[in-house]
Amino acid sequence: MTLPIQCTPDEIFILNLGPQHPATHGVLRVKLTMDGEYIVEAEPVLGYIHRMHEKMAENGTFAQFMPNTPRLDYLSALSFNQGYCMAVERAAGIEVPERAEYIRTITVELNRISSHLLWYGAFVMDLGGFTPLLYAFDDREQILDLLEHVTGSRLTYCYYRFGGVYNDIDDDFVTGTRAFVKRLRSRLPIQYRDLVTGNIILIKRLKDIGFISAETCRKYGATGPVLRGSGVEYDVRKHEPYSIYPELDFDIPHYPEGDCMARYMVRMDEIEQSLRIIEQALDKLPDGPYQAKVPKTLKPPAVDVYSAVEASKGSFGCRLVCDGDKGPYRLKLRSPSFSNLSLFGEVSEGLLLADALAVMGSLDLVIPEIDR
Amino acid sequence: MSILRETKWALLELFPEQKATEGEAEKAAREKHRADARAKIEAEIKAKAEAEAKAKAKSEAKEGEAAAPKKPSPTEETAAESAAIDLAAKVKSQAAPQPAPPEEPEEPESDEPPVSLEHEGPRPFGVMVRSYAARGYHLDVFCAPDQVVAAAELLDGAGFSLEAVTGVDWIKEEQMEVVYDYTITAGRLCRVAVRTRIPRSAPEVPTISHICPGANWHERETHDFFGIKFTGHPYLVPILLPEDADFHPLLKDFTP
Repeated sequence: MTLPIQCTPDEIFILNLGPQHPATHGVLRVKLTMDGEYIVEAEPVLGYIHRMHEKMAENGTFAQFMPNTPRLDYLSALSFNQGYCMAVERAAGIEVPERAEYIRTITVELNRISSHLLWYGAFVMDLGGFTPLLYAFDDREQILDLLEHVTGSRLTYCYYRFGGVYNDIDDDFVTGTRAFVKRLRSRLPIQYRDLVTGNIILIKRLKDIGFISAETCRKYGATGPVLRGSGVEYDVRKHEPYSIYPELDFDIPHYPEGDCMARYMVRMDEIEQSLRIIEQALDKLPDGPYQAKVPKTLKPPAVDVYSAVEASKGSFGCRLVCDGDKGPYRLKLRSPSFSNLSLFGEVSEGLLLADALAVMGSLDLVIPEIDR
Repeated sequence: MSILRETKWALLELFPEQKATEGEAEKAAREKHRADARAKIEAEIKAKAEAEAKAKAKSEAKEGEAAAPKKPSPTEETAAESAAIDLAAKVKSQAAPQPAPPEEPEEPESDEPPVSLEHEGPRPFGVMVRSYAARGYHLDVFCAPDQVVAAAELLDGAGFSLEAVTGVDWIKEEQMEVVYDYTITAGRLCRVAVRTRIPRSAPEVPTISHICPGANWHERETHDFFGIKFTGHPYLVPILLPEDADFHPLLKDFTP
């Protein structure tokens, strides 16, 4: 690579970013080789909160691993619930009733919005703006209240069950969700777009910074808003339709610029699309059972299955290997942020440190999910 | 050509024997399909011609009743004759040898029942088409350890991206399995699982990190968890485990 400024080796120094640093949003260490303010090499050092979830899966039954899934990505816990449930349902051949699929879709999209809102607040705070965080958390609080009402927890939801959901939703939830959709719709243009998206400081910090090409994304296996910010219209919900997504009308926001601003815009547009999905799902919500009849102990045949869902950070995949026993023989969790972060080294070369932090923020990292 | 077929035939480059047998089978199926189609068209045309001739004879008979009685045979003959020529031309155009391989008759693989082979002893090297609804992936490739690089090159060239690399410890069979999950993000849907088996006593596979840079971390992780050595890897140090870790927790005989 070519250095931005010609320098002699003794002017290069090592800078530790993290493991405790507000910009890494968790315990991530990045070993930076710096030339003044410019990054020569960035090496993420992982594993500070590695918990070996995959071994825990092997040691218990299928149901016993369920509460582990929200601990992977505590910000979009329901997506991880769903990914694991779908893998087990596929292996055991369980059909999910329609109402349960609708409930799953409504709750998972609410969770996606809350995850994007938190990212938005934290990202803008990384760039030096404190106020937007308060607006975002105000709206996120509404979602947490709604989800607490049906799931019983505020963050690490363990709401889905094999073949359905744990609890039926009631009228309070439906009216509350409708009110929330209306509220967020009215706030998006003012508190979000006018205050932040059009702000000249934000544009200067994000526009043309941290270009990631579609080819880089493909080579590193990056998915989610990172890939869509590079102009690739790929979303597991559309591309590999699961649940009731084929019946719903929504777009995949994608921006070809590939810079931090594009990734920012993708997530902001996704909030609107999720609102659309929730509205449609609420309108179509059918009656019926919210859970299929599933035996207490699952014993799927000896198969190995793969299942992918679109989590808020990208494609979350489960490779589940069964050997005919009561628990997984092997469960591989393919977490989106792990692949998304792996391209950081290549992308941040030659960037200013402050810009690299903007890039890192725009990847939307959740460390427990990377470290597993 | 569907992406599944395209990818399958690209991957069959790795397995010349299977390619030959599948090629034969495919050719036979294509021949059969063409013959069937020809027979069907012939029958259709024949039926049509007969019906036409009949209708004509009938109408002529009617006309004959109205006017003076006439011999209907010559017109009928010409009608039958023209129909026969028509038929011959149609059949000829159908049966004419096409230079390009014709569209596949149908995908016989799509309704293949899901088979569980992973635990039933050795499986021959080759490409298998799996039921997507039951498995979540379309193609299942089982190859020798040194073929994973060629498979990665083929799939990377076809626009696939690597989703994950993982291991499975088959302790009873004294083997380790390495699974590479590929998918395509450019509009079409095809998931490919490439797997290989290596002896548990000397787990070594060549790296693919020079082809898919994304494999770098996945291979380091698999090395952490299983102790599988990816030969040629540029930086095979612990990624998730502590930097001085000398244990591999996902081995089935691991005790903390």
